[in-house]
Amino acid sequence: MAAAVRTAVLAASKGIYAQWAPVLRRPFCVSASLQHQITSNQGDAARADGVFKVTMIPGDGVGPELMTAVKEVFKAGDVPVEFEEFHLSEVQNMASDEKLEEVLSSMKKNRVALKGKIYTPMEYKGELASFEMRLRRKLDLFANVVHVNSLPGYKTRHNNLDLVIIREQTEGEYSSLEHESVTGVIECLKIITREKSRRIAKFAFDYATKKSRSKVTAVHKANIMKLGDGLFLQSCQEVAQLYPKIKYETMIIDNCCMQLVQNPYQFDVLVMPNLYGNIIDNLAAGLVGGAGVVPGESYSAEYAVFETGARHPFAQAVGRNIANPTAMLLSSANMLRHLNLEYHSSLISEAVRRVIKSGKVRTRDMGGYCTTSDLVKSVIDNLHPLHQR
Amino acid sequence: MSGYAWRSTVSRALSVFKSQTTVTRNYGSVIKTITLIPGDGIGPEISSAVMKIFDAAKVPVHWEERNVTAIKGPGGKWMIPPEAKESMDKSKIGLKGPLKTPIAAGHPSMNLLLRKTFDLYANVRPCVSIEGYKTAYSDVDLVTIRENTEGEYSGIEHVIVDGVVQSIKLITEDASRRIAEFAFEYARSNQRSTVTAVHKANIMRMSDGLFLKKCREVAENYKDIKFTEMYLDTVCLNMVQEPTQFDVLVMPNLYGDILSDLCAGLIGGLGVTPSGNIGANGVAIFESVHGTAPDIAGKDLANPTALLLSAVMMLRHMGLHEQSRKIQTACYDTIQDKKVVTKDLGGNAKCSEFTDEICRRVRDL
Repeated sequence: MAAAVRTAVLAASKGIYAQWAPVLRRPFCVSASLQHQITSNQGDAARADGVFKVTMIPGDGVGPELMTAVKEVFKAGDVPVEFEEFHLSEVQNMASDEKLEEVLSSMKKNRVALKGKIYTPMEYKGELASFEMRLRRKLDLFANVVHVNSLPGYKTRHNNLDLVIIREQTEGEYSSLEHESVTGVIECLKIITREKSRRIAKFAFDYATKKSRSKVTAVHKANIMKLGDGLFLQSCQEVAQLYPKIKYETMIIDNCCMQLVQNPYQFDVLVMPNLYGNIIDNLAAGLVGGAGVVPGESYSAEYAVFETGARHPFAQAVGRNIANPTAMLLSSANMLRHLNLEYHSSLISEAVRRVIKSGKVRTRDMGGYCTTSDLVKSVIDNLHPLHQR
Repeated sequence: MSGYAWRSTVSRALSVFKSQTTVTRNYGSVIKTITLIPGDGIGPEISSAVMKIFDAAKVPVHWEERNVTAIKGPGGKWMIPPEAKESMDKSKIGLKGPLKTPIAAGHPSMNLLLRKTFDLYANVRPCVSIEGYKTAYSDVDLVTIRENTEGEYSGIEHVIVDGVVQSIKLITEDASRRIAEFAFEYARSNQRSTVTAVHKANIMRMSDGLFLKKCREVAENYKDIKFTEMYLDTVCLNMVQEPTQFDVLVMPNLYGDILSDLCAGLIGGLGVTPSGNIGANGVAIFESVHGTAPDIAGKDLANPTALLLSAVMMLRHMGLHEQSRKIQTACYDTIQDKKVVTKDLGGNAKCSEFTDEICRRVRDL
C-alpha cells in the first residue's frame, strides 16, 4: 500500500521535474536522474519497495523530540526510510547489556544510524565506560567528522566559516582506564597507539582528497606529552607524505583554540586525538551558532552514525518544545546522501537552509521566539516551494 | 591536619588581597624588592618599559635583575641559578618576561623549572576586554584559575610496547583542594560572585570526579560565593557564544592551559593578557605569556602591554592599589585613544613612544 502511494507520488514528482526541468538548478537535475534510477531499481525483487532501514537511537534530553522532528519531515518529504527505534539511556534505567546487543545487531543489519546523545552521568558506579563509549567501541566508530559551516542568513560573530574537524574517538583520554594508587591519588591513563593515529590521519587525508580540500592541520600538545601526542604527530607526519597534494601543518591545541576565536578562516581540515576533538568540536560549533545548528557524523570501516556536531542532551529543554532541530535535520539529510538518496537529501537540507535564510522562523537559541514544532512546520512547508508558486 | 595546613598557606598567600588598608600601611613606607627576570627576545625591551612606567608612577620598589638559564646541579638535576633562587626566596615577588625554550636542549622549559622550584601551583589569568582594541567580543570580564602542578602535565609517560604510549594524568586530593581554596579565596578578595569548576567527570569519572568532589567540599565553606560546575565542552561552546556569563573558572592543568589561551583570544591575544603564578610560602611570579618574538627583538617595536598589566596585577597583589590603579588607567586610556599605540594594537608607534605616552598619562593622573 505504502509502496503504491510512494510510486504514485514519485511519478507525480517526476512529472513536475520534467515540467520544471529547464528552470531547476543543477542539484535537482542530478537528483532527478538519480531518482529515476532508484525508481527503475524498484522492479528488482531484492529491494521490493526500495525502503531503507535505519537504526534510530533517540538518546536522552531533547533527543526524542529531535527524532520526532526528523520523522515528521521525512514523512512529509516522502522519504523512503524506515526507522528501527531503540531507547538506550543510562539515566532512565533503560540501559542494559541486552539492550546494547539489540542495538548492535540492528546496526549490523542496517549499517546506518541516526542518533541522539546518550547522557553520561558523572557518578561513578563501578563502571568507568559510559554506554556512549561502549557503543562507539563495539562498532569501532573511530572517526568523528564535524563540518562547521555557517548557515547563510544567520549572522553570528564569525560568518562564512567552512572548516572540518576530524576527531579520533576510540582511545586517548577516553580509554576509561583509571585507578586510585593510594588514597587521594588518582591516575588516569591516556592511551595513544600508532595504529589508531595512522588510521585517523589516513581518514583525514582521504577525506580532504575526496572533498577537494587543500590543507590538513594536526592539533596536538606534543610539547608537553612528548611521547603520547608525539606519536600521534609522527603518525600524521608519515601519512602526510603519502598525500603530497595536500598541505600539512601542525598546531598546538591551546594556540589552535586562540586562533579559532581570532581568525578561524585560516583552517581547512583539522585532525586530532579524542579530547582535543571534543573541545574543538564544541568551540567551533559555538562560532557558527551553537549546538543546535551543526550536524556531525561518526564512521567506522563499515558503519555510519549520524548525530549532532556538538553532542549535548540539553536536558533543561526537555518537553518545552524549544530545542533547535536544525542540526539533527541537516544530519538526517547527510544520512540520506550517504544512502544515495540524493534527491531527498537536498530536498530537506535546502528546505532547512531556506527557512534559516528567510530568518522568520527561528528558535530561541538563534534569537527567535519560535518553537521546535514551528520550525518543523516551516521546513515542511518549504519542502516543495515550487508547488506554492 | 594537612587540610588546615593547606588552608593556612592559601590564606597567607592571599591575605594581602584581603585587608587592603593594613597592607598599604605596611608597604607604603618600605621599599619593596622585586626580582626581575627580563627574559629573552623582546623581554629586555618590555621590561625596561615597565621599569620606566613604574618610575613615573613613583612606585616604591627596588628591582633586582636576575637572569635565568637552566644549569645542571649536583646529581645531574636541572635547576635555576642559585642567585636567582636566593633573590626570589628573599623578595617573594617576581616579574618575568618571556623565556625561550630551546627545542631539544635536553633540559625542561624554564617556565616549568620555575614552576617546580617555587611550587607555583596556581596560574591566574584575568581576561578583561580592553576598550578601543576591537575584537569580535566585548565586555569580557572573567578569570581563569588553573592548577599548575599535576594533571596531564605530570610528565609521566611510557612506551608500553612499540606503537603504544601511555600518558598518565595525575589528580590528587591535596592539589585539588588547594586550587579550589585558592579560587574561592581569590573570588572573595576580588569581589567576584561565582566560581565555576570546569571538568570532564562524565568521561574521566575517577580523576576529574575527585577534582570536582574537592571543589564541592570547599564550596561548602564559602557560602557567600556561588558555585557552579560545568563540562569542559559546554564551557567551550558557551565561551565563544556568550563569554560574559562567566566569572571565575577553576580547573585542572590541561583544561586551564587551553581555556586560558582561548579566553586570551577573546580579548585580543597574548599580547594584552596578564598572568600571575601563585605559589606556596607566599611566593608569586607575574609574567607575560607571549613568545619572545625574536623577529622584532631589539627593534623597539614590541608591545609591553601584557607585561605591564602583569605588573599591575603584581602591585595589586602587593597591596599597592593606588599605583596599580594609576598605571592600569594610563595604559587602558592610551590604548583606547589609539593615537600612540604599537603596531599589533593597530597603531604605528614604537615601543618607547608608547611607553612615554603611558608615563605622561601616569604623571598627569
